[in-house]
Amino acid sequence: MTNKDQIQETSTQRRRSASELRRENFHIMLRTLQLAWHAYAKDKAAVGALIFIGIIMILTIFAPYIAPHDPNEAVGTRGGLPGTDGLILGGDMEGRDLLSRLLWGGRIALLTGVAPTVAATCIAVFLGVVAGYIGGWIDQIIMRVLDVFFAFPLVLLAIVIAGSLDPGVSTLILSITIALVPYIARLVRTTTVSVKQEPYIEAARAGGATTPTILARYVLPNTLAPVIVYSTTLIGLMMVVASGLSFLGVGTQPPEADWGTMVSDGRAVLKKAPHASAFAGFMIVIVSLAFAFIGDGLRDALDPRARVR
Amino acid sequence: MSDSLVKVRSLVKHFKLEPKGLFDAPPVLRAVDGIDFDVQRGETLGLVGESGCGKSTTARLVLRLIEPTSGSITLDGVDVLATSKKELMALRREMQIVFQDPLSSLNPRMSVGTSIAEPLRFHRIADKVERFDLARRYLEIVGLSKDYYDRLPHEFSGGQNQRVAIARALILQPKLLILDEPVSALDVSIRAQVLRLLIDVQAEFGLTYIFISHDLSVVKRVCNRTAVLYLGKIVEIAESERLYREPLHPYSQALIRAIPEANPDGPRADSLAGIEGDVPSPVNPPQGCRFHTRCPHRMPVCTEKEPPLMEAGDGHKVACFLHQEAADHSDGQ
Ligand SMILES: Nc1ncnc2c1ncn2[C@@H]1O[C@H](COP(=O)(O)OP(=O)(O)OP(=O)(O)O)[C@@H](O)[C@H]1O
Ligand SMILES: [Mg+2]
Repeated sequence: MTNKDQIQETSTQRRRSASELRRENFHIMLRTLQLAWHAYAKDKAAVGALIFIGIIMILTIFAPYIAPHDPNEAVGTRGGLPGTDGLILGGDMEGRDLLSRLLWGGRIALLTGVAPTVAATCIAVFLGVVAGYIGGWIDQIIMRVLDVFFAFPLVLLAIVIAGSLDPGVSTLILSITIALVPYIARLVRTTTVSVKQEPYIEAARAGGATTPTILARYVLPNTLAPVIVYSTTLIGLMMVVASGLSFLGVGTQPPEADWGTMVSDGRAVLKKAPHASAFAGFMIVIVSLAFAFIGDGLRDALDPRARVR
Repeated sequence: MSDSLVKVRSLVKHFKLEPKGLFDAPPVLRAVDGIDFDVQRGETLGLVGESGCGKSTTARLVLRLIEPTSGSITLDGVDVLATSKKELMALRREMQIVFQDPLSSLNPRMSVGTSIAEPLRFHRIADKVERFDLARRYLEIVGLSKDYYDRLPHEFSGGQNQRVAIARALILQPKLLILDEPVSALDVSIRAQVLRLLIDVQAEFGLTYIFISHDLSVVKRVCNRTAVLYLGKIVEIAESERLYREPLHPYSQALIRAIPEANPDGPRADSLAGIEGDVPSPVNPPQGCRFHTRCPHRMPVCTEKEPPLMEAGDGHKVACFLHQEAADHSDGQ
């Protein structure tokens, strides 16, 4: 008997099977999401953080429509306390509306946290999986080059890269991305090496799978989970780094509103109007904490073993 | 004797280990050190021996999951070691494996139905819908409901997962199935059921088995012939019934004595009655006969020369100087 003999179907049978397969696949997807959410929802802090970040994202995305004033225009007294001149959060040292600047600045803060982390994760997953799975001299080359970057503290490396380019948001994103890749790539490589030793990889090879198939269907899905968790917690940290770079003057440039620059601008009037720095600093801390909580929740949600029917 | 599906000749696998010092030569671990055996079409050949004696390595070599140091393997007349990539793909359809730990041998993020159909996808044998139908049919063949298609491995018991692994191995309709301790990791209560399934599908699909185990009572039940391995060498090979009735090699004798008849779920070969000491390291196997350090019948010659595997009548072969003379006479040398 050959394999072809095993599959003799009438067209009616086939049609029925095809629709059952579609239903089954849809069902698998739905159940995976359900179980993942079920595991995530057990972590109340993670749920709260997710809602909080959702709200912040909506607010900042719609800043042009929500912000009561132009963020770069002086509309009140310099360093006006919250409530003065009809400004809910008061004014900064130039008399610009703090609330509007906070909303606009959030866009840049989130962008400079999320974009480099996502970009670095993509690059690191590619490098780490190749190095970890293929091994040998390819592994040696990739990891030794990354070690050179790894030898510098992340912030220092980012400053050096950003400092040698024109300051701005894209410089900020690029420099943080480069500085971040080695950290994530190391984790990806370690995870890949351990996944590679799993018997299911050998079973797939015995079944006749080629290396690209094994990477795509077996290695990648099983290395991605811990990486996504790690990267999510990094988003908040990268926001802080980006703010730091802007604070040092190699990131976003005035008058552009950004939580990092807002903290540094407020320094000048820290005694008289501490709120000018405080609101932005507070947002940076809260938002980066929220990303850490989300990462914690994802840890359970992405582990198939943690999900129970 | 002519109808063998698998022929293994002088098979050797040495693993190079990490050198201890910077300038030391890498130590060599002799996992498999020159073994010969045939597997007849339709039979079950048992491979038994203590942990680390090279059973799984032999399985990997036969499947060409790892490359041997030297030796030859043929499957159905085809040289397994001299194939191109494409021919190797074709060969992989003829031989499959079931591993010891069913949970870790299945992708934890793939539904068991998808896992069963994976080999069909690898070999581009059927389309999506056909694969789906076949996977569900094989779920039923191994005694599971076809509604279990969407389950994930961690939702299943060990026995159910092992059935899934068996279905995955069967779906390509191979000729040879290597079972690497297929029931050792399972609850004692379900071992018998899984063994029953293996025996049933062997008859149904006309399969040839290589059955690896260190549980001798299981091997006795399912294997036509049994080869006893010690430190990468076959020390004795015979019809199972004959081997259990009159084992010739002192090591086989100890292994078989260690099975308490009263307890069919039996001890593992790790506990050897009447044999002192541990298995020596395969990095530095003893000179001469590898078993001489633990052998109750040690003779001076045993420490000097390595006994070859010699015929002791009716296909019963043994590598021991105690039985060498008889063999020498019968060979007329
Ligand atoms: N990839 C490897 N690299 C180095 N040594 C290895 C490798 N694979 C196996 N070995 C060694 O080869 C020897 C034989 O291993 P093998 O897995 O074949 O034993 P086994 O008979 O299957 O034992 P068990 O009953 O424990 O499964 C062991 O000493 C093991 O440590
Ligand atoms: Mg083994």
